Amino acid sequence: MPAAKKQPPIRVLIAKPGLDGHDRGAKVVARALRDAGMEVIYAGLRQTPEAIVQAAMEEDVDIVGLSILSGAHMALIPKILELMRKERSGRIPVFVGGIIPDEDARQLRKLGVKAIFGPGASLQEIVKSAKHLAGRAS
Amino acid sequence: MSPARRLPPAAQALIDGDRRALARLITGAENDDPGAREVLRAIYPRTGHAWLVGLAGPLGVGKSSLINALLAHLRSLGKKVAVVAVDPSSPFSGGSVLGDRIRLDRPPDDPGIFIRSMATRGHAGGLARATREVARLLEAAGFGIVLVETVGSGQVDVEIRQVATTSVVVLVPHLGDEVQTLKAGLFEIADVFCVNKSDLPGADRARRDLTELASLGSVDPGWRVPVVATSTTIPSGIPELWQAIEAHEHYLDSSGKRLEGERRRLTQEILALAESRFVADLSRDPSLPRRVEPVLARRIDPETAARRWWQERRKGRA
Ligand SMILES: Nc1nc2c(ncn2[C@@H]2O[C@H](COP(=O)(O)OP(=O)(O)OP(=O)(O)O)[C@@H](O)[C@H]2O)c(=O)[nH]1
Ligand SMILES: [Mg+2]
Repeated sequence: MPAAKKQPPIRVLIAKPGLDGHDRGAKVVARALRDAGMEVIYAGLRQTPEAIVQAAMEEDVDIVGLSILSGAHMALIPKILELMRKERSGRIPVFVGGIIPDEDARQLRKLGVKAIFGPGASLQEIVKSAKHLAGRAS
Repeated sequence: MSPARRLPPAAQALIDGDRRALARLITGAENDDPGAREVLRAIYPRTGHAWLVGLAGPLGVGKSSLINALLAHLRSLGKKVAVVAVDPSSPFSGGSVLGDRIRLDRPPDDPGIFIRSMATRGHAGGLARATREVARLLEAAGFGIVLVETVGSGQVDVEIRQVATTSVVVLVPHLGDEVQTLKAGLFEIADVFCVNKSDLPGADRARRDLTELASLGSVDPGWRVPVVATSTTIPSGIPELWQAIEAHEHYLDSSGKRLEGERRRLTQEILALAESRFVADLSRDPSLPRRVEPVLARRIDPETAARRWWQERRKGRA
């Protein structure tokens, strides 16, 4: 197999900050990204911003996906972005999935979130966007 | 006047404890990048002293939970410890979900811990191809203990012996046909047996059975394989598990077996690396398509074709 010529897989961290208790959506996205050939580090539920930023750094990921349903997005996501900048991870693109009102979405984009997916987003859409954000748009 | 041997900047950053440099170099080692190769060459003379502790065993026996408990224990002893957790890549998409981190919680600002997930990327034997190199990077960054979790397929995780100085085989009470698992090779790789989930019924029995099996002899006649019962939920047995690991590491030193094991591992590593080069070289040999034809026509068999090829190549070199 001429494995040497192949591009290495995209590495993506999927994490769920905040306190809401189920991660079905995050798991479905994780599997879709895996099926698109990515290495998905799945960090699980109830991650603190500090732990998420730490995991992104240690795992040297190309992108970070945050799933958040608790409504605490305006408290948690700016905190994560700020910590990432402080930890010299500011250039890692961040995307967010969850129920986020338009006004908040605008604000989050201004703060640096690269893409936001509501409950209606298709998996293809998310995969395509993740590839694009990792600089591997086909 | 020999010029002072300067390390490549990335190697210097690694040794100075730059965690981001470490993370990037691990990616480089996984991807076989020339920059990471150069760093691995430069740091190699400084490596070889870390304790590489492998945890192997069937799916879901609690390997990650045990690593989590060992992390806390080792930090309380003041040791720096790194974790490499390996999960399988999908043979279809090449992708992977790496989920061992879910079980590992620790203070995020503790520089004495570094955790990295790796996918096998098609490598067989329960580990990723670059596991050894990643362990060397971690050692150079100051992690004297590296805990390696294999994929957990049980049967084929034998490659852990190619990396670990001490291999812990984790089992649980009522594993189904436990003896079958042991036959499949786990028994041969164990330096320490761990019966996890000992809070569940049947633990005493499992422990007795294993102790009996272990007394039948291990790969190393000088080492009696201990059986430790643990539970990560109670928790119990974690300091005892570490003591058993430590006892094995000390045995390696006092018996001279550490050097012997390292010689065996390096022999295998060089062989495997050379083999992959030979295979790449062979698959590019322009005579290969022509050699297939007589085999396809059933005039000679594949073995004869391979032998002739090999002989001709040897003559060509002489
Ligand atoms: N009762 C009991 N359950 C445990 C114990 N240790 C772990 N578990 C549970 O066993 C399940 C698997 O634990 P993990 O630590 O993920 O096991 P693993 O061997 O790393 O699993 P893989 O990486 O998927 O092979 C989880 O639900 C744990 O909560 C224990 O000591 N007792
Ligand atoms: Mg695990």
